[in-house]
Amino acid sequence: MADPLLRLEGVTKHFGPTVALDGLSLEVQRGEFVALLGGSGSGKSTLLRLVAGFEAPDAGRILLEGRDLTGLPPHQRPVSMMFQSYALFPHLSVFDNVAYGLRREGLGRAEIGRRVAEALAMVRLQGMERRKPHQLSGGQRQRVALVRSLVKRPPLLLLDEPLGALDAGLRERTGFELRAVQRATRAAFVMVTHDQAEALALADRVAVLEAGRLAQYGPPQELYDRPATRFVAGFLGAANLLEGRVGPDGAVECPSAGCSLRLSEPPPRRPGEALTVALRPERIRLLDQGEALPPANAASGVLRDLAYRGEGWVALVALSGGQVLRVVLPGVASPPPPGSPVALAWAAEANIPLAD
Amino acid sequence: MRRLLLLAPPWLWLLLFVAAPVLILLAIGLAEPAEGVPPFLPPIGWEAGHPVWQGSGASLATLTEDDWYALAFLRSLRVAGMSAGLCLLLAYPMALGIARARPSRRLPLLLLVLLPFWTGFLPRVGAWIGLLRDGGWVNGVLMGLGLVQEPVPLLYSDAALLIGMVHAYLPFAVLPLTAALLRLDPALEEAAADLGASPFTVFRTVTFPLSLPGAAAGFLLVFIPAAGEFVIPSLLGPPEAQLVGRVLWDEFFQNRDWPLASALAVALLVALILPIRLFQRLEAKP
Repeated sequence: MADPLLRLEGVTKHFGPTVALDGLSLEVQRGEFVALLGGSGSGKSTLLRLVAGFEAPDAGRILLEGRDLTGLPPHQRPVSMMFQSYALFPHLSVFDNVAYGLRREGLGRAEIGRRVAEALAMVRLQGMERRKPHQLSGGQRQRVALVRSLVKRPPLLLLDEPLGALDAGLRERTGFELRAVQRATRAAFVMVTHDQAEALALADRVAVLEAGRLAQYGPPQELYDRPATRFVAGFLGAANLLEGRVGPDGAVECPSAGCSLRLSEPPPRRPGEALTVALRPERIRLLDQGEALPPANAASGVLRDLAYRGEGWVALVALSGGQVLRVVLPGVASPPPPGSPVALAWAAEANIPLAD
Repeated sequence: MRRLLLLAPPWLWLLLFVAAPVLILLAIGLAEPAEGVPPFLPPIGWEAGHPVWQGSGASLATLTEDDWYALAFLRSLRVAGMSAGLCLLLAYPMALGIARARPSRRLPLLLLVLLPFWTGFLPRVGAWIGLLRDGGWVNGVLMGLGLVQEPVPLLYSDAALLIGMVHAYLPFAVLPLTAALLRLDPALEEAAADLGASPFTVFRTVTFPLSLPGAAAGFLLVFIPAAGEFVIPSLLGPPEAQLVGRVLWDEFFQNRDWPLASALAVALLVALILPIRLFQRLEAKP
C-alpha cells in the first residue's frame, strides 16, 4: 500500500494516573474515511486532540505525510478539526467564521470571497453570509463548522462527534451529506463517534478502541461479520456470546446454552480448549412448530420477553442451559406469546469464533 | 395572583429604597432654599385647602449658568474615566492569569484580589498619605539612595489621586473580567489555533473581543463610584481640584444649600445613566 497520510506509532498519553492511550498505532490512507469507535474513556477524543496538537503525547510519534508533527503547535499543523460543540465564533458572521482560516493564510480579499462563497454553496448556505451563529439552526451551524474547517483544503479533517448534537431525524441525512462532502473534497476524514450505526454507515474503515488500545481495525462489514474479540462483538450489534469447549470431533460444546456448535471452518483451538463464539441476534431463526430440532447449531428454550422495534421484534429466549439469547425476528412474523416454549436454529456461518 | 405576590416584595423594595429616595432628591432639588430645619420650602405647599406650586427651577438653572459646577463635573468624569481605564489595564492581565490558572488555584488568587477589602476603606487611603507625604516612605527611600536632595511633592497631586482610586477600585474591574474570561469556551480558542492563528492572533481575534462585555462591566463598576468619590480626592488629591463629590459635600454641609446639592446629585445620576444605557446595548449584542 502507498505511504499512509497519517501514521501513529506507539502513541501513549496519560492524564494523571489514568491511561487515555496505550501504545496505539494506526494508519490512515489519503482520502479515506475512518471512524474511531469506542465508549467514553476509550481514548478516541484524546487521539483527535493529539493529532490536532492540543495535547502532547507522552510517548510515540504522529506522522503526517511522513513528517513528524509531534513538536508542532496546533496553528502550524496542516490538519483541521471540527469540534463537537462546533466552536463557531459567536461574534463573527457566517462569512467571517468561514473566512477565518483563509485570513490567517494572508489571502487577498477577492480570493477569500470566492473560496468562502464556494464553500457555502457546497453545503447550501448561500445567502446566510451576514447571519451570526445564534441566528442559525443546529443543522446550519453544523454545516458552517464543517466548511469552516474544510475551506483551507486540509489533507486531513478530524471530526469530533460531528452528528452528536443533531436531532435523530437530521442525523442520517447529515451523515449522507458528510459522506458527499468528503468525496467532493477528497480529504481524509477521521471521525470520532460512540454510535456504532454511524460508524458502520459512513466509514471506509472503522477502528474500535478499548481502554486506549486498538481492539480491531478494518472495513465495517469485516468488523461486523468477523469481530475479533468479545468487546468488538458486543460493541457492534450486541452479539450473543456463547462460551464453550472444543470437543474431540471439532464441535464446540456449550453447556450454558445447552447446545453444540458446528463451525463452518475448523475451530482455531485444539480439542479440550475453551472457545467463545459470537452469534448475531438477527442470524437466529425461530423454528416452526413440529419442525425437528437439528443436532447442532440449534437450541430450545422459553420465550421470556418481547419488544417491538418497528422493523422487527427483539426476543429474549432463556435456553435450557440457563443462558439468555437475544434474537431479532423480522417484523412481519407474529411471534408466540411470552412464556411459550420455542426452538431456535442458525447456520454454521453464523458462528464466529473469537480470539479471546 | 401568585405572580403578583411573588413580584410584590422586590417591587416594594425597589420603590422604597430606589425610587422614593430619588423622588425626594428631585423634590428637594426643585425647592426654594430657606432658613430653618430643613433648610428649604417644600416645592408643593398647601394653601386654603388645595395644593399650590411654590418651588423653582433656580437650583437646576444655577448648575447650567455657573460653569464652576460644569467644570467640577467634567473634572470628575475625567478622573473617573482615567481611574477606570487604568484599573482595566491592570486588571486585564490579572484576570487572564486567574482564568488560565489551574482550577484549584483560582479561588486563592481571587481571594488575594479581594484581600484589600479586609481592611477598612479609610486606613487603606490613609496608608497612601504615609507613603507619599514629604517625610513619607517613598521620599525617605529616594533621599536615602541619594536620588533626590529635597523631598518630591507626591501627595496632594493628580497622580496620588489616581493611585488611590486605582488601589481602591481595582477589584471591581478584576472580578467581571475574570468572570467573562472564565465563561469563554476553550474550544473557541482551540478552533482559532486550529485554523492557523498564532497565540497572539487568537487573543486579538477571539479572546479579547469576547471579553469586551466583561471589560465594559468592569469599567462601569469603577467609573460610577469613582465619579462621585469624595474621600479619596479630599485626602490625596490636589486641594484646588474641585470634584463633584467635594462640591456636593460643600453645598450640603458648608453652605446648607440643600436644593442646589440635590439638583447636583440628580444631575450626576442622569450623567451616569448614559454610560449604563450604552453598556446595556453592548450586552444585548451577543
